[in-house]
Amino acid sequence: MIVYLLCFLLFLVGLYGVITRRNLIKIAISLSIMEFSTFLLLALVGYTDGGVAPIVDPASPVQKYVDPLPQAMVLTAIVIGLATTAMLMAIIIRLYRKYGTFDIREIKTLKG
Amino acid sequence: MTVIVKKTTQLIAGMVFLYGIYVIIHGHLTPGGGFAGGVILAGSFILLILAFGSDFMHLTKEEAGSTLYENLAILFVVFLAVSGLLLGARIFFLNWLPKGNPGELVSAGVLPLYNIFVGIEVASSILTIFLALVIFKEEISE
Amino acid sequence: MSPLIPLFIVIPLAGAFLTMILGRLLPNLNKYLASLILLTLAVLSVYALATTGENPSVYKVGGWEPVNRVPIGIYMVMDGFTVLVLCIINIVGFLSVFYSISYIRRYTSENFFYALFCLMVAGMNGVVLSGDLFNIFVFLEISVISAYALVAFGVEKNELEASFKYQVLGSMASFFILLGIGLIYWKTKTLNIADIREVLKAGSDRPFYIFVQLILLSGFGLKAAVIPFHAWLPDAHSSAPSPISAMLSGVLIKAVGIYVIIRLFFNMFELTENMSVLITTLGTLSMVIGVFLAIGQWDIKRLLAYHSISQMGYVVLSVGMGMIVITRGGAPEIAILAIAGGLFHLVNHAAFKGLLFLNAGAIEYTLGTRDLKEMGGLSRSMPATSATSFIASLSISGIPPFNGFFSKLIIIIAAIMAKFYLLAVLAVIVSIITLASFLKFQRYAFYNREESKIDRKIREVPFPMIFSMVIMSLLCIILSLLAFPGVRDAVLTPAINILTDPLKYSSIILGN
Repeated sequence: MIVYLLCFLLFLVGLYGVITRRNLIKIAISLSIMEFSTFLLLALVGYTDGGVAPIVDPASPVQKYVDPLPQAMVLTAIVIGLATTAMLMAIIIRLYRKYGTFDIREIKTLKG
Repeated sequence: MTVIVKKTTQLIAGMVFLYGIYVIIHGHLTPGGGFAGGVILAGSFILLILAFGSDFMHLTKEEAGSTLYENLAILFVVFLAVSGLLLGARIFFLNWLPKGNPGELVSAGVLPLYNIFVGIEVASSILTIFLALVIFKEEISE
Repeated sequence: MSPLIPLFIVIPLAGAFLTMILGRLLPNLNKYLASLILLTLAVLSVYALATTGENPSVYKVGGWEPVNRVPIGIYMVMDGFTVLVLCIINIVGFLSVFYSISYIRRYTSENFFYALFCLMVAGMNGVVLSGDLFNIFVFLEISVISAYALVAFGVEKNELEASFKYQVLGSMASFFILLGIGLIYWKTKTLNIADIREVLKAGSDRPFYIFVQLILLSGFGLKAAVIPFHAWLPDAHSSAPSPISAMLSGVLIKAVGIYVIIRLFFNMFELTENMSVLITTLGTLSMVIGVFLAIGQWDIKRLLAYHSISQMGYVVLSVGMGMIVITRGGAPEIAILAIAGGLFHLVNHAAFKGLLFLNAGAIEYTLGTRDLKEMGGLSRSMPATSATSFIASLSISGIPPFNGFFSKLIIIIAAIMAKFYLLAVLAVIVSIITLASFLKFQRYAFYNREESKIDRKIREVPFPMIFSMVIMSLLCIILSLLAFPGVRDAVLTPAINILTDPLKYSSIILGN
């Protein structure tokens, strides 16, 4: 039970980083921390006591395995997280070229 | 980069490439598979670019090539998925090649083919992302 | 298992990458290839609307049959509600792509535009067709990442800042959604929507499920721009190129926001009174605050973006009213009327808001500005644009005989019959303020007596743009036929039945 609370705490740490940091790169890194905490929670959900890794050994095929479905979900979600981070980084580089700074308080042309 | 880095990279890059191919092909037997092997494969190319510098490697021609491979590999994956609709029992994503004995290299139907094409696709797309960011940075500093 | 269902995802996905390869070889091929792909999808979706009716069809991907009556594969479901939203996505998508054949000449790298557009349509088709909770998340991410890239397409300062804001807020919402999916999997050990309904009926753990419902409502509510989570919408929808604004405001916030909220709260969770009251409150706040923020705007696309928030508030309000009536045990006819009004307004809003954004794009294409104070007298020099814009403005304000009148009338009648008099009065007031706002738009842009201050030669826009705008205004007039009983039974009633009947969805999917 306490493991799940620690994952949620990591999520809140990432959320704090997105809200309070001024540098664009630090916002991107805090977003990555938030998504990794979600992956940890997903992978931990599938744990059963006394289970082994879900790879079929032809010698003894019937054993008590850990749930493999959350592991497949985490693999897919890691790929999606990579695409999101790459997209964010491309926008940050172009923002640096246009504004000359990484500070988010300078980037305020859209108002109202 | 110094001579030590360049020489070590020349020796190691080929082995990293081979390790990536091993992880892709054994995807139905050991952990890994298409995505993880593809990232290792892209890693070997990026290692070469980082060690030898960008003007040495003629990067814009590289980017045109890697984009072409990425699109072709995805089209193959979609074609394999649709081929279940055309042959056999007419279901999308069906596993229609013969499945051998578990534990051998040539077994599990269509899965090794999926792994190989997904591996090529992931390697090309990560290389394209890296090249796009590096080429853009070069255009700023001119 | 009809093979039609996977085609909706495979055709745009293959088409996007085919466009990337063939676009480099032949110069003009990518426009016509993308238009052809979306025309095929639009025809297929109308065919699906005609044949689905009351019997939903289920497609089990990979052919994995249920084991001991527990579904183990990925399911794709096409029922009445799905096919309604599919028609909206594909028809508005086809008209936007046709419009952008001549609009996109102002930008460079057209190849990427058409490829990203086809990917966005593939993602949205996947979200509405999936019967599996994690599949919704994957296709949602595909379509939303393409939307991030398309908002920043012309890389100026405004567009990059709008895209960055959209990305940070959208990513946070996606992580909330993934957290909610993880927590649901922890308790129910399954990901199929119908199967989760079966498991949730057995036991209950009240505070935990309320927490999960709040997390999912926050995540999908940000994608649908209900009021505490609306901060990204005015910047993103006003800075994007105009056909993309029409797709984002007309289709994306419906297909990945409102559709998923309605599907999860009616077909997956048991309806409770607290959540119904919360949803209705959020809808009312969106409706009122959206229109008050829209009055003072002088930039046409920001004005239209704020009105999107307000009209989506109408839809959420009426669906929430239906939920409250069902949970309090009221007459089922009132609930069915409220939900019918909400779904009808969903379809109408796609038509007239898409048309309004295409008109704004046409004005921007000829004049080069978006500020209302600099325009004037365009009705003489741009007759097609001004006529279609007049039709769209009357539709959104709720003037008969256009489609907006009938859907708002049904919502207000349902509110009065369910004795929510305050909501009915607020709906009428917001409609009057919308009319005032659009009269200002029409007067300053088109019917002003002085000429505009820009000294350019003002001509009518090229043929593809006129074609799309005229077809969409014809849709605005034809859609008002949906209020009449004959047509309504064929199109809207299957959607309402699959949502309000508590056993129908799960019994059909698990029984197959």
